[in-house]
Amino acid sequence: MARFTHALSTSAAWLLGLLWILPLLYAFWAATHPAEYATRFDLFAPLTGEHFVTAWNQAPFMRYMLNTVIITGLILTFQLILCTLAGYALARMPFRGRGLVFALVLLQLMVMPEILIVENYRTLSMIDLIDTHIGVGLPYMASAFGIFLLRQTFKTVPQELEDAARLEGCSRLGVLWKVYVPLAKPTYLAYGLVSISHHWNNFLWPLVVTNTESSRPLTVGMAIFGAPESGVDWPVICAGTLIAIGPLLAIFLLFQRRFVQSFMYAGLK
Amino acid sequence: MKRLSWLHAWLMLLPALAMLMAFTHIPALTTIWHSLFYPARGSEPEEFAGLDNYRMMLDDDVFWQALSNNLWYALVTVPASMVLALAMALWVNGKIRGRGALRLAYFTPTMLPMIAVANIWLFFYSPEIGLFNKVLGWFGVAGINWLGDTDWALPSLMLMTIWKEAGFFMIFYLAALQALDRDIYDAAALEGASRWYRFRRLTLPLLMPTTLFVLVNAVLNAFKLVDHLFILTKGGPNNASNLLLYYIYENAFSFFDANYAATLTVVLLAMLILLALLQFGVLERRIHYR
Repeated sequence: MARFTHALSTSAAWLLGLLWILPLLYAFWAATHPAEYATRFDLFAPLTGEHFVTAWNQAPFMRYMLNTVIITGLILTFQLILCTLAGYALARMPFRGRGLVFALVLLQLMVMPEILIVENYRTLSMIDLIDTHIGVGLPYMASAFGIFLLRQTFKTVPQELEDAARLEGCSRLGVLWKVYVPLAKPTYLAYGLVSISHHWNNFLWPLVVTNTESSRPLTVGMAIFGAPESGVDWPVICAGTLIAIGPLLAIFLLFQRRFVQSFMYAGLK
Repeated sequence: MKRLSWLHAWLMLLPALAMLMAFTHIPALTTIWHSLFYPARGSEPEEFAGLDNYRMMLDDDVFWQALSNNLWYALVTVPASMVLALAMALWVNGKIRGRGALRLAYFTPTMLPMIAVANIWLFFYSPEIGLFNKVLGWFGVAGINWLGDTDWALPSLMLMTIWKEAGFFMIFYLAALQALDRDIYDAAALEGASRWYRFRRLTLPLLMPTTLFVLVNAVLNAFKLVDHLFILTKGGPNNASNLLLYYIYENAFSFFDANYAATLTVVLLAMLILLALLQFGVLERRIHYR
């Protein structure tokens, strides 16, 4: 009986796993076989790369990808700097009103920039940053999640290390840079991976603030590419989708252990 | 030196705080302000409207529809993806064949952009050639117009959301499971407690803080994640699958009524703040018994 339940449970786990990976497998199938096989499954169907060529020529994927890389990189750079400074101040520097400031920071965990697209669009048009990379990045540069994560990590650094460094004449920023940042490496890695995958995949805000190819990221490009109005057929959409998710998917598959561990690490805090 | 410490602290906080203020706190307040005005006509300035926008909202059937859709959407997708997430975590935390591959399969949807997977699911749902109707056809069941039928459009969105989210929530459960103390389990096994009993009386209570954390995040996602609507249904047919944030987007950027969109945003904000109060107030106190 126990054996039977065990086998049943294992099969259920595998069935679920198969269902979960099916859409991706399907996209591979449709993209690599001639259009007439899109809905017919035949092991000996001929392979083709034509859909990838068609998709590639139909949308400026290189440009989109470049935009995504620039936006993601900009956001991450600013996030790391701003969150390190704020996280340290909140973890190790006593001052009046610290609790209130921390509460104000945490508010962003609930009221995310996605909710405020209308007002943030107003702000961006006021400062003339619509349709720019920096405009896509601005609302995300101070991240409550990052500040919180780094604050928690910095709090675990022994105070004696800081005192010793201060005695040797190290400035506050020097201590932060030479003592805290190196010790928080796992947190930075975890946060970095979570942030990159979040902003690589982000859609609503970039859709709102970008108007042209010059700043549009992959996700927005993909939505335009896949829209029924554009009259592209299924295998080509699948090929385009695979081109778009390819780089991140490849990095994820190569470093999947790291990714999963990072997400777990970030979730535990 | 010591006396300047508070100044240093504020200087270090300043950049992050300024950005948070500019893109979170101030817009949250100006939303309320803008909801009190009529939309600008041409070059004329916006005219004060009092609570007219709110009155309009209460009379707006689409608003009520989007709100009730969103509540149903949360009510179905949140528990379903959480139960699946827990099952997945238990599976890949135990000794199971092909554990690494399974974990990868469950987690992959999380890594893919919603827009990309919606493009693929759109094909699954398509009436004539779609995969789902093919499978139904094998069993002799007539095909369903998944995204075009007012009864099926919202459930179709829910199904895809559950698929997308479960693997993400699994990660949190997995992290919590791996941090559990094995000793209690050994003791329970010595006492002869059955697997089901151990799960119910040990694992579930010990996972309570994680469950709360995931719950809050899942509810948040149910209100802020509308990317798939842009590809799959655009809120249709006849608003059957419209969600609050998508309706806000439509009002602001398709109907160009930013003030009504601000009014709707106020409702969404109020709901999220209520959720925050619920989390930090009631639930947190009950669950942190450790």
